[in-house]
Amino acid sequence: MRPKIAFFDMASCEGCQLAILDCEDILIDLLQLVEIVEFREALSEKAHRFDVAFIEGSINREIDAERLRDIRARSTHLVALGACACNGNVQARSNLVAPAENLEVVYGREARNRVQTDPEFWPLWAHTRVRPLQEVVPVDYALRGCPVDRQEFLHLVKSLILGSLPRFAPQAVCVECKRNGNECVYEQGETCMGQITYGGCNAICINGGYRCDGCRGPLPDANLEAHRALLRERGLSDALIDNRYRLFCSNDRLTGGEGR
Amino acid sequence: MSADSKSYTIDVNHVTRVEGHGSIRIDTRAGAVEEVRLQIVEAHRFFESFTRGMPPGEIPWIVGRICGICCVGHQLAATKAVEAALDLSVSEQTLRLRKLLNHSQFLQSHTLHVYFLAVPDYVGVPSVLPLIKTHPEVVRRALRLKKLANDFTTLFGGRALHPMANTLRGWRKLPPLAEVAKIRERLQAALPDLEETLAVVQTLKVPAFERETEYVSLRHPDEYALYDGQVYSSDTGQTVPVENYREVTNEYTVAHSTTKWARWHRESYAVGALARVNNNFHQLHPAAQQAAEQLGLKPPCHNPYMNNVAQVVEIVHCAHDSLRLLDEVLELGLQLEEIGYQAGPGRGVGATEVPRGILFHEYAFDEEGLCCDANAVIPTSQNINNIERDMQAFVPLMLPNMSQDELTLHMEMLLRAYDPCISCSVHMLDVTFSE
Repeated sequence: MRPKIAFFDMASCEGCQLAILDCEDILIDLLQLVEIVEFREALSEKAHRFDVAFIEGSINREIDAERLRDIRARSTHLVALGACACNGNVQARSNLVAPAENLEVVYGREARNRVQTDPEFWPLWAHTRVRPLQEVVPVDYALRGCPVDRQEFLHLVKSLILGSLPRFAPQAVCVECKRNGNECVYEQGETCMGQITYGGCNAICINGGYRCDGCRGPLPDANLEAHRALLRERGLSDALIDNRYRLFCSNDRLTGGEGR
Repeated sequence: MSADSKSYTIDVNHVTRVEGHGSIRIDTRAGAVEEVRLQIVEAHRFFESFTRGMPPGEIPWIVGRICGICCVGHQLAATKAVEAALDLSVSEQTLRLRKLLNHSQFLQSHTLHVYFLAVPDYVGVPSVLPLIKTHPEVVRRALRLKKLANDFTTLFGGRALHPMANTLRGWRKLPPLAEVAKIRERLQAALPDLEETLAVVQTLKVPAFERETEYVSLRHPDEYALYDGQVYSSDTGQTVPVENYREVTNEYTVAHSTTKWARWHRESYAVGALARVNNNFHQLHPAAQQAAEQLGLKPPCHNPYMNNVAQVVEIVHCAHDSLRLLDEVLELGLQLEEIGYQAGPGRGVGATEVPRGILFHEYAFDEEGLCCDANAVIPTSQNINNIERDMQAFVPLMLPNMSQDELTLHMEMLLRAYDPCISCSVHMLDVTFSE
């Protein structure tokens, strides 16, 4: 029987699901091997039980946490799809500010006060904190990146179909970048997070002329102190370094946990 | 089951085939409609708050993450706003490359929407998947066109989602001309696929429903306004500068929605492909005008379901205009340009058309050159008020003659016709019928 695969989105740009739709060349063949039972971006059908649930997005409200717990209870494997689900991504930076203040900045004081006292609709507005999935439920696999890498997604799906364990080598973006023969970003007078960041993206941003901003999160054995010292050496203030570390990994250990 | 005095409830929580979440609540009493409400239940991400403290160059790169499907448009609008704030100039080459990048996103987004999200409704299947068996040639064509559009974005942006090659003032890395020539050839070779797309869309039976509204889009004196222009209203026949966008959007909040709502000269207005085609039909590429005629789209058109047809017309326009721009690139070549800038204080607004309509971004920077204020007004949040009013008009008109299932389907189709992108605005469909 074909494994039942489902896609769900929480707080995200939904770009990781789009990245998967971008597997145009093999999409039709892939669909012979798996049964997609939920994919709100492209399907109307709904199902009740999943072999693999892919979750895109961070958990920002209790109603979303409840939905995630329900999906977890009905899924054999649960995969965090993309940086929002893995780390909290860019929006986790908002954790540095109180939710009520964020609501005021975006919607104004009057609207904020009105919704906070509306018993019917308050759960929709009750932002608590941007959380990656593993803070709410056990996560079996993480597909990192903003957006996810298609090849990693395909590797994971193929492994799960074959019943083997997917392998994601914990190597730095820097290693992949060197392999591609790119001129080092530091040589161009810029700074980069490639040395401390999970690879698997084939250093795509540096290939494209930019630097690595660490969207895939820091490697477990990354020497964070040495990296910070290097950025200081290159003239970045601690404020700018923290800003850089918080662009994508606001919810991670890079900034000493203040972002949590 | 028709609407009668019995109480009934349908829950279709989270409408499918739209980018985002929301719900519709229809209260009926003795067959009459009490209320239609479009709830936007998307979680907040607070981009306008957390961009504070960021240096200018990082703003477009980060705010592109507001939306996966219109990431290019968010980048471009933010780029323009930051450039306006810092008074940065842009070369003709950069303008040409931005227009190409924007066209590539229109091709990708419209193709995805028409083939994957809208066509299944018209064929009466729940998704594109059954079409793989019944209409394999249609699905393969859709995938071909989508892949072409993605490769087009990848060539100019470095990747299809959240591109990194473009930045303030210009390009960090330019595409090789040999690759530009290849994408031009592929686009030319795809024109028969566009003809076939027109033939498919021509067979779709668009629901007959009209509700006249205010149509708002950019307008440019020299071209069909997509990348740049001033804000034009069909109500006044006039334009206002993009800097005055707050006069246009007049945003307000409603409790049942986590997106902000907009109104200008009347209770609501529409943005998007139909608004643009209505406002700027005369500037469409002749092949796109011909496509509109073939598909029975004659401006002004007041049928919101025709937005899908307008999207197809724009696919034709963008394809032909891209060929023109690609020829210019091939003729003039590409040079790496100076893209350095000096950060400093300032405030600026940028507007661009994205597939779902006009998009505004505004940023201010403090003395240290760090962002101190940000605002973005998204097409879907401008449309959502108009969608709700379309539904309020549609339901009492159709309730006597349609079954509950038919009505639910037509409401979902109406919503999808607008191609709402609710992850942008702050997810869709909970149609609840109750006595």
